[in-house]
Formats: sequence, C-alpha cells, structure tokens
Amino acid sequence: MRVLAAMSGGVDSAVAAARAVEAGHEVTGVHLALSRNPQTYRSGARGCCTIEDANDARRAADIIGIPFYVWDLSERFHADVVTDFLDEYSAGRTPNPCLRCNEKIKFEAVLDRALGLGFDAVATGHYAQLHRGADGLWELHRSLDAGKDQSYVLGVLTQEQLAHSLFPLGDTPKPEVRLEAARRGLLVADKPDSHDICFISDGDTAGWLREKLGDRAPHASGEIVDEVTGEVVGNHQGSYAFTIGQRRGLRLGRPAADGKPRFVLDIEPVSGTVTVGPRERLAVHRLAGIRPLWCGTLPPAEFAATVQLRAHGQEHRAVVRVTSESFPPATFPTDAPAVEPAVEVELLDPAYGIAPGQAVVIYDGTRVVGSATISSTERMS
Amino acid sequence: MTISPPPLPHSPAVYLDHAATTPMLPVAVEVMSKALGGVGNPNSLHASGRAARRVVEESREAIAQALGCRPGEVVFTSGGTESDNLALKGLFWARRAEDPRRMRILTTAVEHHAVLDPLEWLEHHEGATIEMLPVDHYGRLDVAALRDSLARDPESVALVSVMWANNEVGTVQPIGEVVAAAAEYGVPVHSDAVQAVGALPLDFAASGVDALSLAGHKCGGPFGTGALIVRREQKVSALIHGGGQEREIRSGTLDTPAIAGFAAAVAESVARQPEHAARIAALRDDLIRRVQHVVPEAIANGHPTDRLPGVAHLKFPGCEGDSLLMLLDARGIECSTGSACSAGVPQPSHVLLAMGCSPEFARSSLRFSLGHTSTQSDVDALVEAIGPVVERARSSLLKSR
Repeated sequence: MRVLAAMSGGVDSAVAAARAVEAGHEVTGVHLALSRNPQTYRSGARGCCTIEDANDARRAADIIGIPFYVWDLSERFHADVVTDFLDEYSAGRTPNPCLRCNEKIKFEAVLDRALGLGFDAVATGHYAQLHRGADGLWELHRSLDAGKDQSYVLGVLTQEQLAHSLFPLGDTPKPEVRLEAARRGLLVADKPDSHDICFISDGDTAGWLREKLGDRAPHASGEIVDEVTGEVVGNHQGSYAFTIGQRRGLRLGRPAADGKPRFVLDIEPVSGTVTVGPRERLAVHRLAGIRPLWCGTLPPAEFAATVQLRAHGQEHRAVVRVTSESFPPATFPTDAPAVEPAVEVELLDPAYGIAPGQAVVIYDGTRVVGSATISSTERMS
Repeated sequence: MTISPPPLPHSPAVYLDHAATTPMLPVAVEVMSKALGGVGNPNSLHASGRAARRVVEESREAIAQALGCRPGEVVFTSGGTESDNLALKGLFWARRAEDPRRMRILTTAVEHHAVLDPLEWLEHHEGATIEMLPVDHYGRLDVAALRDSLARDPESVALVSVMWANNEVGTVQPIGEVVAAAAEYGVPVHSDAVQAVGALPLDFAASGVDALSLAGHKCGGPFGTGALIVRREQKVSALIHGGGQEREIRSGTLDTPAIAGFAAAVAESVARQPEHAARIAALRDDLIRRVQHVVPEAIANGHPTDRLPGVAHLKFPGCEGDSLLMLLDARGIECSTGSACSAGVPQPSHVLLAMGCSPEFARSSLRFSLGHTSTQSDVDALVEAIGPVVERARSSLLKSR
C-alpha cells in the first residue's frame, strides 16, 4: 500500500512510520504544521507544534529513509479545533480538542487529501488496534498496553476512516516502542511523552482562555453559589476557568457549613453562575449524548456496554439506549434540529466530574462501538 | 560521532530548481579542491600567507573583471543574505551618520526575504521608515511611484534597494530607470543581483548602482560564498567587527579555497552568459508551451519578455502547489513552490500577493528553474508527468474541501 505516515516529531509516530516501511508499504512522512505562529523550541509537555518538533520528525524520516514534507494545516486546525474549543468553553462545556483534531484534521483533512493524492492509508502512532471482523468490517480495539490506550481519542472514527487507517503500535507496550526506537537509531527515543493541549504553549488553560475570550465571554464574571445552602459564597472572573469536578482555585472565603470540601457541580452558561457542593453531589448516574458516531453498524436500541468518559479515564459499566431525541431535552445546540440522533447512558457505577462537552466512548469489551458528545448529565438526588 | 551522510545526488533525475541552488561548475570544483589541502592565512606575512593572499586577490580581480567593477570594490561575504544585510544596514547607518534626516528606505514589495527582513529590523530597532513601492501584475516596479516618493522629500531618503531580477517569477527590474531617478538626488542604490549573475548581462560600473549583492552557489560556485560590490566612494558601516579585513567593512579570516571556487564560477558563468541564456531561454519557452499544451488552464506568471532566462513560473488553477511538488518529487522531478522556507511550511508567496494575486492563486503556483545542467530531456520528462500529476492534485483538492 501507499501509506502516508503522520509524524509529530515524537517517538511513537516515528516508530509507527518505521514499522509501516518494514511491513512492505511505500511510506511518505508528513509533519502537520498546526500552529499559525510556531514557536522555535519545545517547552513543557507538548510534543508536536514547534519548529523543533518538525525537525525531529524530519530527522526520523531521514533515518527511516522515507520522503518527508510539512503540510500546513494551521488554518483548518484553527477553524475546526481552536475555534471550536473556545466556543465550547464559552458555552460552559468542556471539550476534548484531541478528539476533535483526530476527527476533523488527522482523519478527515489529512486523510482526504492523502486519498486524493493516491495514498491508500494514513498511519499514526496512536496506541489502538484494528481488526477485521467476521462481517468484513473494521473494528477498533483498545491497545495491548492498557496504560497507553488511545482508543478513546479515536472513538470518533467511522468505518470509512478506519478502513484507511493504520495503527502499527497497537500491539506493543510503550517501553518496547522506546527500546525499538533506540535500536533503530531514532534520536527521539528518549523524547518525553506529550500530554498537554498542544496549542496552549504554557499549559495554563484558564489564562489562555482569559486572553482569547476576554470580554467576548458572556459570563466574564459571575457568582459562585453553594448548592446545599443556596448562598452566594464567592465571585469569579470568568466561568470558563472552571471545569465540573474542579476543587482547586475556587477561592471561597470561608469553609462550607458542613465542613466538607467544595467541588464545581455545574456551570450555567447564560448567567455565568458556578454551582459548588460536596463531592458526593458530583456523582453522575445518567447522561445524554448528541452527535453519536458509530464505528461499524448501527447498534441495537438498547445494549449493555462499558463506557469511558475521559482520556485515560476508567471504564464504567452502563446500559446504552439509542434514541432519536435528546434526553432530557437538550438546551443546546440551540440551532439543532428538533429531532436528532442521540444516546442515553445509564451508568451502573457512578462517575465523578463529568462535564457536558466531553466525549462518551462506548465499548463492547475491548472494541469501540461508537461515541457521542455529552450534552447533559443527571446527578444523584 | 563520525559524520558520514549519504552523498548528495550529483544529478537528480530531473532537477528543475536551479534558482534555489545550481550545481557547482566543474572548473569551480577543480579550483576549490586544489586549494582545500593548502595552508596559509591570507593575512599572514610569510610565504604561505602571501600565497593564500595571492589566491584571494586574483579571485577578487577575476570577479571585478567579469562584473565591471574595480577589485577594491569587491567585499567578500558569506553569501547573498549577508551581502544584503551589509548593504542595507551598512548604507543606512553610514548615510544617517552623515545626515540624521536620512531615515527613509525605498524598496519594492517583491524583494527577497534577505532584503525585506533586515529592513523590517531597521524599522523596529533603528526607527527607519520603510516604503514599499508598488509593482505591476508582472512584479515590475512602478518607477513613477519611486520618482514621486523621492521627490516628496529627497533629503530624508537614506537609500533605495531594488532587486535586479526576481527570484520567484523572474521579472527583471528597470534598474537603469531606478538609478536615474535616485541619481537626481544623489541617493545611493543597492540591488540584490543574486539571480542575475551568469543569467543576464551585468556590468557594475555601467549600471550606476552603488552596491550589488552576489551569491556563489547561485552561479555555480560553492555555498557560503558571496560578495557585496560597493563603490569605493560609498561609505558602509560594518556589521561584523574584528581583524579589519575587507576594507574594515567585513572582518573575519577569508575562506581562500571557497573564494577561489566562487571567482572561477563567476568568471566562467559570466563568460558563457550570452549562449547560456539563449539556450536555457529556448528550453524554458519550450517547457511553458508544452506544459500549457497538456494543461491548457496553466498560466505563466511574471514578465513575458523581461524575465530571467531559466525561470518558468506557472499557476495551475484548482491545484495546491505543494501537492504538485510532492507528486512530481515522487516521480523524480524537482521544483519549487516559491522560495524555500526554513520551517518547510508553505506560505502564500509575498511576491505573488504583491503582484495582486489572491492567496489561492499564490498557493497554486510552481516555479521551474533551469540552469547549466538542464537538457531537453528534463523538459520532456516534466511534460510527460505534468498531466496526470495535475489531475491527481486537482482531485485531491476537491476531495479535501
């Protein structure tokens, strides 16, 4: 096959490209330039968006012996990922930009362009496995290395996208990938893993949001209300600085009457009111999701599954219902059609700190069934 | 760590990127290789030093003879970028020192980044006022605009900088008219002639310019060599201070073997210029005609006649230039989407934007540039490949929209 290897400049994508070559494919390396103003050097735990990272990818391609190019996707990335991230935070939701990037950039913009240019597949260094099922459909599974599994951020891929994807690292534990990189003479063998949001260069998400949103946010300030007492216990300078489940940085003047630590329970996007309460009030037992995406055939109307609610989060046993209406009636997106496909997930084990905007990825064992964007949660009463 | 990279290709299948760099001329390789094993700092006083100095001075004289200047007007540098920096900053500082009112620098929007970026630096760090004069849709300077700008307040103009010929679309600038306009007010003119050596007739004294930038590797010499030819009477402030070499304008021990190779390349390429230009212009015209025959929508950019003989700059509507480049590269055909960029990220060309092209237009263009090793078979190979490549790139763009 003719394979386009997306090379971030990190160790995983470098080894993935090398393995694709070894598997007999004709491989071309491409580094995706996603930042409109790339910084010269890497800082912190980001691993893809500086000129230094592009050079690391180039050097890996030299050693692997494949052609290498830089594709400028900064405009698409800004429109589809960064702007979406800001809009979601403005609306009081907590998006996952990595999922969005996989859906819109790596496996849409890049894959479409690659297919158009005559490539058969895109290879990445994600830790996930692809198997062909008895029905001939491609199945996305968790990686063998459970600690590194990245099937969650790939849960947005459709059958068509999976059919043109290669994840050469899915069957290998990370330490072995590093050893293999060293054995292959790849200079990135010891490069630290990246885990922060790549476009927030200093890792300060709240500060970045404040700078980008400024007064544009309709809730640049507001009240902090204690759910138990109903009292206003503080004020804040922008509800986007808060995430459901957050405990630190609330700056509440005095301890709550019941002496229990307070967590963010809810963010009201219109008034900007942030509701806080004790941890047990965070427990979610039911959630609704919109924009469901199925990796294969449409699942039954109701089925038992496990779900994962954040990257590297734990699995929860659940019952999933596929509905044609949001449940409960969603307050957003306001311009959505009255009837749209949706899912309802009943959690058998409660989940904590779940925010609208996050993705729910649904599994059958190790297999990804599909995903949806959480639109609302229901807490224990 | 031992450095043993794979050898660079001597003759890539089809090399159509001579404006980026052209292979060294055999005579330059020979002269430089001979000098590489030798010893002697040209500034040393003993026999070895004198021998090295002799090589440097004979090189200087050879360049002077080839380009119509005096030997003492040749200042050796590390290449085109350094020559441009030295000319712009050095002339600006020297002229301002003579008269503090001289804060304006007049230039065009289609200059190379080696000119635009030092000017931007002067604006931010030295308070200079940079005036970007307009160009027409061929990329040719509007000389009337230059005259107006000079006449508005001639006392405040430090210098004028206009390239000899554009590195992307190949358009040749009306340097004679620029010099005539500036001479009325005694304003010095610098010209980046990096692309012109060996491609166009070039005579420093006859041209009337005050400073001219050259680069070795664009005319068949080694990388890391270049010169600023600057009139003896013209004061230039130094950028690099040290041992006082090169009229105290450019300190640093001279690279004797590289300078010998550089001079050999200048002498040879200038001597061959008339027949070389005629030969590659014919190849270039054949290339454009036949590519347009296969891809009738392809549009040639740049001036139709006043253009570098080896440059064919073509727009392929509905295609992305970097897709075309990649597809051609996979078939062993090497070209460029514009000037090479360090990060490898293709930006829409500032030259095409200044010529009034839309960013989309700018992104769908490719530059094919021919040089001394180009042959008819290079053109044939491109003509054979371009049809399917354009079709493929077009379908890719449609698919990813």
